[in-house]
Amino acid sequence: MIPIIIIGLGIIMIAAAFAAIYFKSLLASIITAGVISLLASVIYLILGSPDVAMTEASIGSGLTTVIFLFALHRVRKGNSDD
Amino acid sequence: MIKNVAVLIAVIGLVAIFLPIISGFQERDELNELAAQYVEGSINELRVPNVVTSVIVTYRGLDTLGEVTVLFLATVGVGLILKGKKEDRIKISASELLETTSSVLVAMIMVLGIYIFTHGHLTPGGGFQGGVVIASGFLLLLLSNVSLKMNHSIMHFVESLSGVAYVAIGVAGIVLTVGFLNPEVLPLGKFGNLLSAGAVPVIYSLIGIKVGSELTSILVTMGGEK
Repeated sequence: MIPIIIIGLGIIMIAAAFAAIYFKSLLASIITAGVISLLASVIYLILGSPDVAMTEASIGSGLTTVIFLFALHRVRKGNSDD
Repeated sequence: MIKNVAVLIAVIGLVAIFLPIISGFQERDELNELAAQYVEGSINELRVPNVVTSVIVTYRGLDTLGEVTVLFLATVGVGLILKGKKEDRIKISASELLETTSSVLVAMIMVLGIYIFTHGHLTPGGGFQGGVVIASGFLLLLLSNVSLKMNHSIMHFVESLSGVAYVAIGVAGIVLTVGFLNPEVLPLGKFGNLLSAGAVPVIYSLIGIKVGSELTSILVTMGGEK
Protein backbone atom coordinates (compact mmCIF):
# COMPACT_ATOMS: atom_id res chain seq x y z
CA MET A 1 0.00 0.00 0.00
CA ILE A 2 2.75 2.46 0.96
CA PRO A 3 4.70 2.12 -2.33
CA ILE A 4 1.48 2.84 -4.24
CA ILE A 5 0.90 6.03 -2.24
CA ILE A 6 4.49 7.14 -2.79
CA ILE A 7 4.32 6.43 -6.53
CA GLY A 8 1.02 8.30 -6.76
CA LEU A 9 2.45 11.30 -4.93
CA GLY A 10 5.51 11.19 -7.18
CA ILE A 11 3.36 11.22 -10.31
CA ILE A 12 1.41 14.22 -8.98
CA MET A 13 4.73 15.94 -8.21
CA ILE A 14 6.00 15.42 -11.76
CA ALA A 15 2.69 16.67 -13.15
CA ALA A 16 2.88 19.73 -10.91
CA ALA A 17 6.46 20.36 -12.04
CA PHE A 18 5.38 20.35 -15.70
CA ALA A 19 2.41 22.54 -14.81
CA ALA A 20 4.76 25.00 -13.12
CA ILE A 21 6.77 25.25 -16.32
CA TYR A 22 3.85 25.51 -18.74
CA PHE A 23 1.49 27.78 -16.78
CA LYS A 24 1.21 31.21 -18.40
CA SER A 25 0.69 32.95 -15.07
CA LEU A 26 3.77 33.30 -12.87
CA LEU A 27 1.59 33.35 -9.76
CA ALA A 28 0.16 29.92 -10.65
CA SER A 29 3.69 28.63 -11.28
CA ILE A 30 4.87 29.76 -7.85
CA ILE A 31 1.90 28.11 -6.13
CA THR A 32 2.47 24.89 -8.07
CA ALA A 33 6.14 24.88 -7.08
CA GLY A 34 4.98 25.14 -3.46
CA VAL A 35 2.68 22.17 -3.99
CA ILE A 36 5.67 20.09 -5.16
CA SER A 37 7.47 20.78 -1.87
CA LEU A 38 4.37 19.99 0.15
CA LEU A 39 3.96 16.59 -1.55
CA ALA A 40 7.69 15.93 -1.11
CA SER A 41 7.32 16.55 2.61
CA VAL A 42 4.44 14.03 2.75
CA ILE A 43 6.68 11.47 1.05
CA TYR A 44 9.49 12.14 3.55
CA LEU A 45 7.02 11.65 6.39
CA ILE A 46 5.82 8.32 4.96
CA LEU A 47 9.43 7.19 4.50
CA GLY A 48 10.06 7.84 8.20
CA SER A 49 12.10 11.03 8.36
CA PRO A 50 9.94 13.60 10.17
CA ASP A 51 12.86 16.01 10.60
CA VAL A 52 13.37 16.40 6.86
CA ALA A 53 9.61 16.52 6.34
CA MET A 54 9.30 19.44 8.75
CA THR A 55 12.12 21.32 7.06
CA GLU A 56 10.70 20.71 3.60
CA ALA A 57 7.17 21.72 4.59
CA SER A 58 8.19 24.88 6.41
CA ILE A 59 11.02 26.11 4.18
CA GLY A 60 10.15 24.56 0.81
CA SER A 61 6.44 25.11 0.67
CA GLY A 62 6.05 27.96 3.14
CA LEU A 63 8.92 30.39 3.18
CA THR A 64 10.19 29.90 -0.39
CA THR A 65 6.71 30.45 -1.81
CA VAL A 66 6.33 33.67 0.16
CA ILE A 67 9.77 34.93 -0.86
CA PHE A 68 8.99 34.15 -4.52
CA LEU A 69 5.69 36.03 -4.18
CA PHE A 70 7.48 39.04 -2.71
CA ALA A 71 10.05 38.88 -5.53
CA LEU A 72 7.27 38.66 -8.14
CA HIS A 73 5.60 41.69 -6.57
CA ARG A 74 8.85 43.66 -6.76
CA VAL A 75 9.56 42.62 -10.36
CA ARG A 76 6.05 43.60 -11.51
CA LYS A 77 6.37 46.96 -9.78
CA GLY A 78 9.71 47.55 -11.53
CA ASN A 79 8.09 46.86 -14.91
CA SER A 80 5.18 49.20 -14.37
CA ASP A 81 7.52 52.11 -13.62
CA ASP A 82 9.02 52.04 -17.12
CA MET B 1 16.00 23.31 -32.70
CA ILE B 2 19.44 23.74 -31.12
CA LYS B 3 17.75 24.29 -27.78
CA ASN B 4 15.85 21.01 -28.04
CA VAL B 5 19.00 19.11 -29.04
CA ALA B 6 20.86 20.62 -26.08
CA VAL B 7 18.06 19.60 -23.70
CA LEU B 8 18.09 16.09 -25.18
CA ILE B 9 21.85 15.80 -24.75
CA ALA B 10 21.58 17.02 -21.15
CA VAL B 11 18.85 14.47 -20.37
CA ILE B 12 20.85 11.63 -21.94
CA GLY B 13 23.90 12.72 -19.94
CA LEU B 14 21.94 12.71 -16.70
CA VAL B 15 20.54 9.25 -17.48
CA ALA B 16 24.06 8.00 -18.18
CA ILE B 17 25.22 9.38 -14.83
CA PHE B 18 22.35 8.12 -12.71
CA LEU B 19 21.56 4.77 -14.37
CA PRO B 20 24.60 2.95 -12.92
CA ILE B 21 23.75 4.31 -9.46
CA ILE B 22 20.12 3.17 -9.68
CA SER B 23 20.93 -0.24 -11.16
CA GLY B 24 23.57 -0.88 -8.51
CA PHE B 25 21.22 0.02 -5.67
CA GLN B 26 20.35 -2.62 -3.15
CA GLU B 27 18.45 -2.12 0.06
CA ARG B 28 20.44 -2.49 3.24
CA ASP B 29 18.88 -4.31 6.13
CA GLU B 30 21.40 -3.06 8.67
CA LEU B 31 23.20 0.22 9.36
CA ASN B 32 26.71 0.66 8.08
CA GLU B 33 29.57 1.01 10.54
CA LEU B 34 29.57 4.79 10.85
CA ALA B 35 25.79 5.05 11.18
CA ALA B 36 25.73 2.35 13.84
CA GLN B 37 28.36 4.26 15.82
CA TYR B 38 26.33 7.47 15.53
CA VAL B 39 23.17 5.76 16.77
CA GLU B 40 24.91 4.09 19.71
CA GLY B 41 26.99 7.13 20.64
CA SER B 42 24.00 9.43 20.45
CA ILE B 43 21.95 7.39 22.87
CA ASN B 44 24.62 6.07 25.24
CA GLU B 45 27.26 8.81 25.33
CA LEU B 46 25.38 12.02 24.56
CA ARG B 47 21.93 10.97 25.85
CA VAL B 48 20.12 12.45 22.87
CA PRO B 49 17.02 10.42 21.90
CA ASN B 50 16.71 12.11 18.48
CA VAL B 51 19.71 10.81 16.56
CA VAL B 52 19.25 13.34 13.74
CA THR B 53 19.80 16.20 16.18
CA SER B 54 22.90 14.64 17.68
CA VAL B 55 24.39 14.26 14.19
CA ILE B 56 23.52 17.84 13.18
CA VAL B 57 24.60 19.56 16.39
CA THR B 58 27.46 17.36 17.57
CA TYR B 59 29.04 14.98 15.08
CA ARG B 60 28.53 17.38 12.16
CA GLY B 61 28.52 20.53 14.29
CA LEU B 62 31.10 22.31 12.18
CA ASP B 63 28.95 21.81 9.06
CA THR B 64 25.99 23.30 10.89
CA LEU B 65 28.10 26.32 11.83
CA GLY B 66 28.90 26.65 8.12
CA GLU B 67 25.22 26.40 7.17
CA VAL B 68 24.31 29.12 9.66
CA THR B 69 27.09 31.28 8.21
CA VAL B 70 25.76 30.74 4.68
CA LEU B 71 22.29 31.80 5.83
CA PHE B 72 23.81 34.87 7.49
CA LEU B 73 25.59 35.81 4.26
CA ALA B 74 22.32 35.36 2.33
CA THR B 75 20.57 37.70 4.75
CA VAL B 76 23.33 40.29 4.43
CA GLY B 77 23.19 39.98 0.65
CA VAL B 78 19.43 40.51 0.52
CA GLY B 79 19.74 43.47 2.86
CA LEU B 80 22.55 44.97 0.79
CA ILE B 81 20.82 44.64 -2.59
CA LEU B 82 17.26 45.50 -1.66
CA LYS B 83 17.90 48.16 0.95
CA GLY B 84 17.53 51.87 0.46
CA LYS B 85 14.58 51.83 -1.93
CA LYS B 86 12.07 53.82 0.00
CA GLU B 87 8.60 53.73 -1.38
CA ASP B 88 5.42 55.50 -0.56
CA ARG B 89 2.58 53.20 -1.26
CA ILE B 90 -0.92 53.68 -0.05
CA LYS B 91 -1.46 51.36 2.83
CA ILE B 92 -4.88 49.85 3.23
CA SER B 93 -5.29 48.65 6.77
CA ALA B 94 -6.54 45.14 7.31
CA SER B 95 -9.98 44.49 8.73
CA GLU B 96 -10.55 44.37 12.49
CA LEU B 97 -11.30 40.65 12.29
CA LEU B 98 -8.03 39.81 10.53
CA GLU B 99 -5.92 41.91 12.86
CA THR B 100 -7.43 40.42 16.03
CA THR B 101 -7.35 36.83 14.83
CA SER B 102 -3.79 37.10 13.61
CA SER B 103 -2.55 38.57 16.89
CA VAL B 104 -4.01 35.55 18.70
CA LEU B 105 -2.58 33.15 16.13
CA VAL B 106 0.87 34.75 16.18
CA ALA B 107 1.23 34.00 19.88
CA MET B 108 0.43 30.33 19.27
CA ILE B 109 2.78 30.11 16.29
CA MET B 110 5.61 31.63 18.35
CA VAL B 111 5.04 29.12 21.16
CA LEU B 112 5.06 26.28 18.63
CA GLY B 113 8.33 27.56 17.14
CA ILE B 114 9.97 27.85 20.56
CA TYR B 115 8.71 24.37 21.45
CA ILE B 116 10.16 22.92 18.25
CA PHE B 117 13.66 24.28 18.80
CA THR B 118 13.88 23.72 22.56
CA HIS B 119 12.73 20.11 22.15
CA GLY B 120 15.01 19.50 19.17
CA HIS B 121 16.95 16.80 21.00
CA LEU B 122 13.81 14.92 22.13
CA THR B 123 11.32 15.14 19.26
CA PRO B 124 11.67 15.66 15.50
CA GLY B 125 12.53 19.20 14.58
CA GLY B 126 15.12 21.63 15.76
CA GLY B 127 16.66 25.02 15.31
CA PHE B 128 16.11 25.43 11.60
CA GLN B 129 12.49 24.26 11.62
CA GLY B 130 11.65 26.23 14.76
CA GLY B 131 13.32 29.32 13.35
CA VAL B 132 11.27 29.10 10.17
CA VAL B 133 8.06 28.70 12.19
CA ILE B 134 8.94 31.84 14.19
CA ALA B 135 9.68 33.71 10.97
CA SER B 136 6.30 32.64 9.58
CA GLY B 137 4.68 34.04 12.73
CA PHE B 138 6.37 37.37 12.08
CA LEU B 139 5.25 37.13 8.45
CA LEU B 140 1.63 36.81 9.55
CA LEU B 141 2.12 39.84 11.79
CA LEU B 142 3.69 41.73 8.89
CA LEU B 143 0.90 40.92 6.45
CA SER B 144 -2.02 41.59 8.77
CA ASN B 145 -0.68 44.64 10.56
CA VAL B 146 0.14 47.29 7.99
CA SER B 147 1.33 49.96 10.36
CA LEU B 148 3.78 47.62 12.07
CA LYS B 149 7.42 48.68 11.88
CA MET B 150 10.04 46.03 12.51
CA ASN B 151 13.21 47.35 14.08
CA HIS B 152 16.11 46.07 12.00
CA SER B 153 18.80 46.91 14.56
CA ILE B 154 17.14 44.82 17.29
CA MET B 155 16.84 41.88 14.89
CA HIS B 156 20.49 42.16 13.87
CA PHE B 157 21.53 42.49 17.51
CA VAL B 158 19.62 39.33 18.55
CA GLU B 159 21.00 37.49 15.53
CA SER B 160 24.63 38.45 16.16
CA LEU B 161 24.32 37.75 19.88
CA SER B 162 23.08 34.20 19.28
CA GLY B 163 25.77 33.64 16.65
CA VAL B 164 28.50 34.80 19.02
CA ALA B 165 27.08 32.64 21.83
CA TYR B 166 27.06 29.63 19.48
CA VAL B 167 30.74 30.08 18.64
CA ALA B 168 31.52 30.80 22.32
CA ILE B 169 30.02 27.44 23.32
CA GLY B 170 32.12 25.83 20.62
CA VAL B 171 35.30 27.46 21.92
CA ALA B 172 34.36 26.49 25.49
CA GLY B 173 34.33 22.92 24.17
CA ILE B 174 38.01 23.30 23.22
CA VAL B 175 38.94 24.80 26.58
CA LEU B 176 36.93 22.56 28.91
CA THR B 177 36.64 19.27 27.00
CA VAL B 178 38.23 17.52 24.06
CA GLY B 179 37.15 19.50 21.03
CA PHE B 180 35.27 22.28 19.27
CA LEU B 181 31.47 22.18 19.78
CA ASN B 182 31.63 19.29 22.22
CA PRO B 183 28.28 19.35 24.08
CA GLU B 184 29.78 17.99 27.27
CA VAL B 185 30.62 21.51 28.49
CA LEU B 186 27.31 21.31 30.38
CA PRO B 187 26.22 18.34 32.53
CA LEU B 188 24.63 15.59 30.46
CA GLY B 189 21.65 15.08 32.80
CA LYS B 190 19.03 12.36 32.65
CA PHE B 191 18.13 10.69 29.34
CA GLY B 192 14.94 12.16 27.90
CA ASN B 193 14.70 15.27 30.08
CA LEU B 194 14.35 18.71 28.57
CA LEU B 195 17.51 19.93 30.31
CA SER B 196 19.76 17.07 29.31
CA ALA B 197 22.30 16.14 26.64
CA GLY B 198 24.74 18.86 27.69
CA ALA B 199 24.84 21.89 25.43
CA VAL B 200 22.74 20.37 22.61
CA PRO B 201 19.42 22.09 23.51
CA VAL B 202 21.25 25.37 24.18
CA ILE B 203 23.01 25.26 20.82
CA TYR B 204 19.81 24.34 18.98
CA SER B 205 17.89 27.14 20.73
CA LEU B 206 20.58 29.61 19.71
CA ILE B 207 20.39 28.32 16.12
CA GLY B 208 16.60 28.67 16.25
CA ILE B 209 16.77 32.28 17.45
CA LYS B 210 19.42 33.08 14.85
CA VAL B 211 17.56 31.48 11.94
CA GLY B 212 14.27 33.05 13.06
CA SER B 213 15.69 36.57 13.22
CA GLU B 214 17.59 36.17 9.95
CA LEU B 215 14.58 34.91 8.01
CA THR B 216 12.37 37.59 9.56
CA SER B 217 14.89 40.17 8.44
CA ILE B 218 14.84 38.72 4.89
CA LEU B 219 11.03 38.78 4.84
CA VAL B 220 10.89 42.37 6.13
CA THR B 221 13.41 43.50 3.54
CA MET B 222 11.71 41.62 0.69
CA GLY B 223 8.29 42.77 1.75
CA GLY B 224 9.23 46.33 0.92
CA GLU B 225 8.86 47.78 4.38
CA LYS B 226 11.04 50.71 5.26
